[in-house]
Amino acid sequence: MDLNSIGFFVFGAVAVLASLGVIGQRNPMHSVMLLIVSFGALAGLYILLDAPFSAVTQIIIYAGAIMVLFLFVVMLLNAHTEADSVPAILGPRGMQIGALLSILLAGEIVWGLSRLGLTWFGNDPATIANISSVSRIGLAIFTTHAFAFEVTSILILVSMVGAVVIARRGH
Amino acid sequence: MPAFINPTVVAHLVLIFVVMNMLVLSSAFMVWMERKVCAYIQDRVGPNRVGYEGALQPFADVLKLLFKEELRPKAADAFLFAIAPILSTVAALAAFSVVPFGTETTLFGLLSEPLRLEVADVNVAVLVIFAITSMGVYGIVLAGWSSNSKYSLLGGLRSSAQMISYELSYGLALASVVMLAGSLSLREIVMNQSGYWFHVIPKWYLFLQPLGFLIYLTAGVAETNRAPFDFPEAEQELVAGYHTEYSSMSFGLFFLAEYVNMVTVSAVATSLYLGGWLGPLLPDWLAWVWFMVKVLAILFFYVWMRWTLPRYRYDQLMEFGWKWLLPAAVLNLVATAALVIWLG
Repeated sequence: MDLNSIGFFVFGAVAVLASLGVIGQRNPMHSVMLLIVSFGALAGLYILLDAPFSAVTQIIIYAGAIMVLFLFVVMLLNAHTEADSVPAILGPRGMQIGALLSILLAGEIVWGLSRLGLTWFGNDPATIANISSVSRIGLAIFTTHAFAFEVTSILILVSMVGAVVIARRGH
Repeated sequence: MPAFINPTVVAHLVLIFVVMNMLVLSSAFMVWMERKVCAYIQDRVGPNRVGYEGALQPFADVLKLLFKEELRPKAADAFLFAIAPILSTVAALAAFSVVPFGTETTLFGLLSEPLRLEVADVNVAVLVIFAITSMGVYGIVLAGWSSNSKYSLLGGLRSSAQMISYELSYGLALASVVMLAGSLSLREIVMNQSGYWFHVIPKWYLFLQPLGFLIYLTAGVAETNRAPFDFPEAEQELVAGYHTEYSSMSFGLFFLAEYVNMVTVSAVATSLYLGGWLGPLLPDWLAWVWFMVKVLAILFFYVWMRWTLPRYRYDQLMEFGWKWLLPAAVLNLVATAALVIWLG
């Protein structure tokens, strides 16, 4: 086994185990930390895929910015343990139904991705460096995918305004 | 002997070892310099018993810390309490790994291929530094939360709010330089600053980005929690802030992280704005001396500022960060972008 495969299995295992830990244990602070570990492992996978830019943005945005906000909320609520009751709507079989649904979802994703047909860029270092270069990514975002990019930013703006409106309703 | 043990790999390992120990040593030196400069500013003598002019004082302090008892509050979260100082130190030390501090060298012909004087030559180095700096906040937040003490918690909360607020301006200042250089690699950014205008003024980005440099320095001070922005450990209100409950070497690690962070911020400022290791007179293989001189100058400025300026009030800090520094950084970014397009 070469170094790349070893790295893939190590990072993959860490990502999966940490994600299971996020939902598996009841201390919200530990959940947040495990989620950061999971993001870090994903960043490791991106580096193995010769995509350092994606790896670093993953760390900056998810691990560095969004998770700090999560930590903030958990700290301010000072919740040491999560309330341990399954919502009543789901009934006694809630857990089983949830597990079934998530397995279904995972199956759908695998099926969808396999139908999409993944593009294989080959092993040539020059091609890979070209694809993963920051200027190429920037050009792609602002030309080919400009519409999707702008729509996403409007979506985020709308949710931000919505959060402000909801938070100010009481005042 | 396995194939992977060759002179290049060994040279790299030695380089990593040297850089890491230099960082730790430089923080010891900074502690000494801080106490000496502070003493002279206050018309005192400062430490002068251990070693020449008290130069061995930091080592005596570390020895003392190592032999102290490690205390942990009963209600603390044991695991997070233990890893918080480690996280802080690791983040502080890791950020320096992408900073180049000299030209290529073959160590006077000892190596077959030239060794670059930096631990990792990454083509997105500026972003890596930004990412690792943003991870540094976790050590402080976790320390504050896991101690289960009100002073620690408030210190941790303040610190995270402050670091998030100033990270934006910090990032925008970095982005302006990146646009000028057209590269995210620190080595290329430094190389772009070689040469002179009118044969005397070095082509440093400091002269193209005076506002950006000021924003970077201010945000850098806030990021490293130094006076006049040292709210996380405002003694009069919070005892010692996030590390109130820490003792012995785990306290020492926070101390180490703070000083190493200062060195890193200064080193990055040197690379981005002051031409890194470039300088006149010295031959190529001594270029790192210029790097150290510039870093030391910024570090001295840090210390000077700490013992001259009083601490802000917390709301003033937030107002300054969001209402003045951030708009200034955005303005700087837009102006730089316009100039880069206009002048090609």
